[in-house]
Amino acid sequence: MTKVIKVLGTGCTKCKKMASIVQDVVTENNIDATVEKVEDIMEIMKFNVMLVPVLVIDDVVTIKGRVPTKNEVLALLN
Amino acid sequence: MFDWIQNIADWFVYDVLNLNKGEHLAEALNFFIYDTTKILILLFIIIFLMGIVNSYFPIDKVKNYLSRNKLYGLEYLMASLFGVVTPFCSCSSVPLFIGFVRGGIPLGVTFAFLITSPLVNEVAIGLFVGLFGIKTTIIYVVSGILLGTVSGIILQKLKLEPYLTPWVKEVLANAQRKQEAFIAEKQTLKQRLPVIWSEVLKILKSIIPYVILGIAIGGLMHGYIPEGFFEKYMDKDNLFAVPIATILAIPMYANASGILPVVQVLVAKGIPLGTAIAFMMGVIGLSLPEAMLLKKVMTLKLIAIFFGVVTLCIIISGYLFNIIL
Repeated sequence: MTKVIKVLGTGCTKCKKMASIVQDVVTENNIDATVEKVEDIMEIMKFNVMLVPVLVIDDVVTIKGRVPTKNEVLALLN
Repeated sequence: MFDWIQNIADWFVYDVLNLNKGEHLAEALNFFIYDTTKILILLFIIIFLMGIVNSYFPIDKVKNYLSRNKLYGLEYLMASLFGVVTPFCSCSSVPLFIGFVRGGIPLGVTFAFLITSPLVNEVAIGLFVGLFGIKTTIIYVVSGILLGTVSGIILQKLKLEPYLTPWVKEVLANAQRKQEAFIAEKQTLKQRLPVIWSEVLKILKSIIPYVILGIAIGGLMHGYIPEGFFEKYMDKDNLFAVPIATILAIPMYANASGILPVVQVLVAKGIPLGTAIAFMMGVIGLSLPEAMLLKKVMTLKLIAIFFGVVTLCIIISGYLFNIIL
């Protein structure tokens, strides 16, 4: 099943970094997933988080407030 | 405690590079190597320790604590203290603000947290210890915490809720002090260390260029500005010095790690410490880009009041330090 990945962030450097790392992991490992950037603050607040960037996989919040490593993201996606 | 760094600097400059003691270049280089090494080591230690503390005080826990407990006035101080151990990057200030409001935490308490968190952070503490010593660091940290507390209390008294943006008012109306399901990560320190470690390296990497540049500029100034140069202009009795220093500081936000080493040299050359602390608080604690981010949740009027109150408190503490120190 296609995974739905969302990167929540208000557009700061860290958020962009997380988005590019996630995109790289998906492309490099041919993972069946869509990556979406959520920048609207009201949308972000629906996930009840207080620190950005946030990684959401299939509507589950996995990492918040920091930029993960590629290996971490890969482990979460497998 | 840092003799061994001095020995390394001496060895490198006088033996390896074979420069002569007493030469301008040799002394400047020696000072630069000693200062940079010492400050980077202290920064590393403090960022690492704060990372460990922070790992045990995640933001959700802080929010739940403030939301659940009635503290009879102490909540401002608690929020301010939590601000010290819970750093956040300015891009998180809006989600944080909403999260706190949603949890039924009073506006003033939220402000206390938002003021102290950037003002007393691990990088600032590390730099302060390295540049000014323990005593000045303690003065800075304690006054930063009190400043957040007092500003929070004042802002609460001003009843600012009408100046929130409409959608935040809606959040406020639906706010509840309910406990959100928060599952604390039950991890041992050993399991936490890799994440803490990589954060420490990331922070260090991002500030090292500014720190080195700041120390280099400071070192150059050190050699060229005569002792007591500023005493003529920035005397303790000059009433305008503190406000001017504070206001000048507000636009300089991104390079706090580069500005502090320069300020240290200015203090050595005669700028009163209180004026310098007011300036540094302005640099570290108030940033215009952050103010612009807050536009999503606050009207311009509220942002202006928020910044005005904090600026005023910084100016007052600057005067106080000039009187006490």
